[in-house]
Amino acid sequence: MTDAVVTAGAGEETEAERALDERAYGFWIYLMSDAIIFALLLATFVVMSHNTADGPGGQTLFRLPHTFAKTMLLLASSTTFGFASVAIAAGQRRRALAWLSVTFLLGLGFVAMGISEFYGMAAAGAGPWRSGFLSAFFTLVGTHGTHVSVGLVWIVLLGCEVALRGLNPFVASRLCRLGLFWHFLDIVWIGIFSVVYLPAIL
Amino acid sequence: MPTSPHGREVTIKPCLVGAVLALVLTAIPFGLVAARALRPMQIFVVVGAAAITQVVVHLRYFLHLDLKPSSQTKLIALCFAAVVLFILVGGTLWIMFDLNYRR
Repeated sequence: MTDAVVTAGAGEETEAERALDERAYGFWIYLMSDAIIFALLLATFVVMSHNTADGPGGQTLFRLPHTFAKTMLLLASSTTFGFASVAIAAGQRRRALAWLSVTFLLGLGFVAMGISEFYGMAAAGAGPWRSGFLSAFFTLVGTHGTHVSVGLVWIVLLGCEVALRGLNPFVASRLCRLGLFWHFLDIVWIGIFSVVYLPAIL
Repeated sequence: MPTSPHGREVTIKPCLVGAVLALVLTAIPFGLVAARALRPMQIFVVVGAAAITQVVVHLRYFLHLDLKPSSQTKLIALCFAAVVLFILVGGTLWIMFDLNYRR
């Protein structure tokens, strides 16, 4: 299958390329279903946003600098993943691994900040059990954080594959799907900070 | 020109343009909230507009989703998901706020 990709003329789509295209499209359809899940979690949060049960609300709990830092980390990681994609397409193994590592570290920073925020809130008695508002918040942001964590594992696994077996059309195709996943999570985060954090802090 | 598995040219320019645009579209809502420069309702509108624009920026510059024929199937799937979303999210909000109003 690899030979067919290499010897195909420019502009011709080979069996192999079409198969890889289909995989990307299939993954895109999964992402659309994931988008629906996140949108509904967001809608649930909006419905619950005033149900603070005399407990703490967003005004008290959310901090602007913390949220901004998380946003910058995730945006930067999307950019560095883009750089990694360019390196992968150019067949530059070392550079691809370098940018994937940076992406991983930025994503890890994001997850670490999220865990620290959750822990701080729970320790102050504002855990998911406290009110409908907090249940909805923890579910939404927790689901997003879990997705990012899975993405981090995926980056490590693909990084190992690139390090051990080098770049080929198959691993490039997998990295393409990981890229779709990673950028998608940044898009979801835009929705989260716009609907959950900023209106509450205002 | 380096090409992706899908035969598309992959350069660094879209990443950089997208990153800068996204940065600006993030700075504006955060800045407005930090400074409280406008009335709350106006800030919500700007935050919403910036969010939608930034999503489009991400789709265009990071996910390479444009109006070309190569992106067509993905775009159709996205539009279908948007329709489903409109019904589900819109319906949820409508029902829940109506229930809340009726108490």
